[in-house]
Amino acid sequence: MTSKQRQNWIIAVPVIALLLWSVIYPNVAVIVGSFENGLGHWREFIASPADREALRTSIVISVASVFASLAIGVPLAFLLGRFEFPGRRLLRAVATLPAALPPLVGVIAFLFLYGESGVVTRAIQRTFGMAEAPWRLQGVGAIVFVHAYTMYVYVFLFVSAGLERFDSTLDEAASGLGASNLQRLRRVTLPLLMPAVAGSALLVFMNALGSFSAPYVFGGGLRVLSTQILASKTNGAMGLAYVETTVLALSAVAGLGLFRWLERKRKYTLSSKGGRVRKTIRSRKIQILTTIFSAAIVIALVLPHLMVVLVSFARDGSWTTQVLPPEYTLENYRRLFSENELWRPIYNSVSMALIATAGNLIVCFVAAYLIVFRRFGGRGLLELLIALPWAIPATAIALGLAATFNRNDLATARVLLVGTFWILPLAYFIRDIPLVASAVESSLRQMDASLEDAARGLGASWLMTMRRVIIPAARPGLVAGGLLAAVTAVGEFVASVVLYTHSNRPISMEILAQLRALAFGTAAAYSVLLIGLVLMMTLVARSFEERLA
Amino acid sequence: MTAAPRARSEGDSGGERGTLALNGITRRFGDFTAVDDVSFEVGPGELLALVGASGSGKTTTLRIAAGYEIPDAGTVTLGGKDITRVPPERRGFGMVFQHYALFPHMPVEQNVAFGLEARGVNKVDRLVKARAALASVGLDGAGSRPIQSLSGGEQQRVALARALVIEPQALLLDEPLSNLDPTLRQSTRDDLRAMLRRVGVPALFVTHDQEDAFAIADRIALLKKGKLLQCGTPEDLYYAPVSREVAAFIGRGSIVAAEDAGEKAKVTIGGVARELAVTRPKGAASRVESAFVVLRPDALELSRGASVLAWRGRVTNRRFAGGMEVYRVELSDGVTVEVESNTAKVHEDDVVSVSPLKGPFPLVPG
Repeated sequence: MTSKQRQNWIIAVPVIALLLWSVIYPNVAVIVGSFENGLGHWREFIASPADREALRTSIVISVASVFASLAIGVPLAFLLGRFEFPGRRLLRAVATLPAALPPLVGVIAFLFLYGESGVVTRAIQRTFGMAEAPWRLQGVGAIVFVHAYTMYVYVFLFVSAGLERFDSTLDEAASGLGASNLQRLRRVTLPLLMPAVAGSALLVFMNALGSFSAPYVFGGGLRVLSTQILASKTNGAMGLAYVETTVLALSAVAGLGLFRWLERKRKYTLSSKGGRVRKTIRSRKIQILTTIFSAAIVIALVLPHLMVVLVSFARDGSWTTQVLPPEYTLENYRRLFSENELWRPIYNSVSMALIATAGNLIVCFVAAYLIVFRRFGGRGLLELLIALPWAIPATAIALGLAATFNRNDLATARVLLVGTFWILPLAYFIRDIPLVASAVESSLRQMDASLEDAARGLGASWLMTMRRVIIPAARPGLVAGGLLAAVTAVGEFVASVVLYTHSNRPISMEILAQLRALAFGTAAAYSVLLIGLVLMMTLVARSFEERLA
Repeated sequence: MTAAPRARSEGDSGGERGTLALNGITRRFGDFTAVDDVSFEVGPGELLALVGASGSGKTTTLRIAAGYEIPDAGTVTLGGKDITRVPPERRGFGMVFQHYALFPHMPVEQNVAFGLEARGVNKVDRLVKARAALASVGLDGAGSRPIQSLSGGEQQRVALARALVIEPQALLLDEPLSNLDPTLRQSTRDDLRAMLRRVGVPALFVTHDQEDAFAIADRIALLKKGKLLQCGTPEDLYYAPVSREVAAFIGRGSIVAAEDAGEKAKVTIGGVARELAVTRPKGAASRVESAFVVLRPDALELSRGASVLAWRGRVTNRRFAGGMEVYRVELSDGVTVEVESNTAKVHEDDVVSVSPLKGPFPLVPG
């Protein structure tokens, strides 16, 4: 073994060990746990109508969410990418707004708007003098509705980027060969956009499969796998919870495999000559229609945010049967900052997010460095380890942690974390590994590999090379990845709901508690605070990046 | 223009300058032998070019000299001291990378001062030295410019200044000219040669372009598939190649079978035999069983029409090469030669006579 290889292993072994311990071990524990009485728990699962329904519903919701997101995201990307019309800039500015809503906050906003006692629902009911609400925001339809609103953004961004790279001479070549508009779209444009469509569809599928907040709040009597897992755990049926978790994780991996296989069949490199010109819509009529249409979308996109802000000023308990909350106050915000019990979740969320993010930055930097710059036997394993948490739904990750770190046992490398503060930062850390690692990795890949050689050749020690060359090159990825990790962690709900305790409850759990107590104003105030935190972190990251660049 | 000579005098007083030598270097990657038993020396102030096609092992050889690769066999010595396993950061060599490897997040000055920073030189001193080094490559006052604002030629000079400022024990350059446009290349060759000579340390550079090698190097080491084919002056390689492979790689020309007769060799094409004065590689046998001679385009002449004393052929291609024409002529017996001429006004498909113009012709063993 050369000294360089020895060095590789000295750096790699702690990282690989940490990842094996925190990512692989809990999941293996879940799978092993599902067989703790042979096939007993599995028979129980198969025999349970509730579980069979949950699996079916989970898959139906995921597939429906994919199609709904595609139906919104693809046309919107075309409209904004290919055409010029009044109001285009505004629509483009708000198109990604849903992504800025933490998952639970989006659900609450929909509840305030379209729930049985929501503003839009009541307004329609009053206007038409109906005895009952015109619809109930419940079941598969409601869940897919919320998913489509929050997840179409992935499709929109991927397809927009695909269109951006699309070489306009391809279109010109096709029309030169006599293809009609429709033929061009069907035979040239759409096939070339397939990788973007497939990639974003996979993201939606994975997110919808693991989604917890929408089914939890709007499910009614509906069962999906993620909520079944929590129910089994709460009932103390851990064995069954392990089986359900294994099934959920396997569904996710199967989905991932299917998409990867589809993707491999169609792989093109789009090389751009840049500078695509948007078509101006000439017909007056269509122009007006487009503008009205985009105004409607803008309102639909902004409304949830406005609604949360509005409700955050509503006096708790005052909003009963009215269309809009009748009484407004600053009391909700004042209490968040003055009452100890209400301040606690804010403090918890911020400190846990910061701890998790710091861990992500260190571990993911080392992992990405090894993957990009070093050749050694463990590289494939390392790549797998940092990608894996992405393929495992958060509920499954959380249950694994609950099953593994529930006691101190040095012989089996178990540490008691359940019930302590540290279990949530660990969960957030695991969830955000793929995000941060891929951001850092892509930054490092853009770096010319000979820079490291150059620094060494000029006499720089390993430490100086790191400090002056590698870390500066990784910095954009560290900042972007760190920001994403902090933003996701501060509003995290899915893993938290499985693992939280009263003393480390995060903002998301407190929002849910306030909602249950019908304290809508306080719940909304927390939501606005969460959005504010996300916004603030984004601004800090941006100014940090600007100051250093 | 004062920094480089000063740097040299300081290097002199250190008294550490010595010959860089590679002895029996072999490097394998799995089953593939990238460098196969290669040996050569570069003396202080000497410029040696490692020439070869891509995949010939020239870059790997350079990286072994720099310490980025450790050979599977053989040693690297500097001034007689074995440095085979000394890591690059402790070798004190100056290296110019193919794409220059300038740190994109540092301005020019910090790039140049980086090696001094690594050596713990204080901030003021290293800036003074960096500026002097920049001045020595003709980039006075460019210190605070971002790397992205530099042209290719300027980047190359910054990379050179960065390598020179550390007063290197040897200079290693990987394709230093390949990223420059052709017009810049001509003038840069001369500058580079002058600068490298001034530094007075062994300088080793890799190139796939033999014209670069001819213009800059004192000696050329020609590599093919990891093996060193010949190491010598450009004239040696051109006029006295040791093998058909070297003759085929260096310069243009056709290699035709000949009967070795000591001072002369007889070349028979289409029944017409001509005796040619030949040169042999140094130390080669004075007569060999199977011999070939190299017919270079500038050593042949061509005239319209057939002649009994000359080789006959047909012009298959004619190309203008600035001031002269180069004709490709298909002779009998499947031999094709290229001939330079600025007087023979012939056209494609014309029947012509080709005769040897001036010797001696390089003779290589078959």
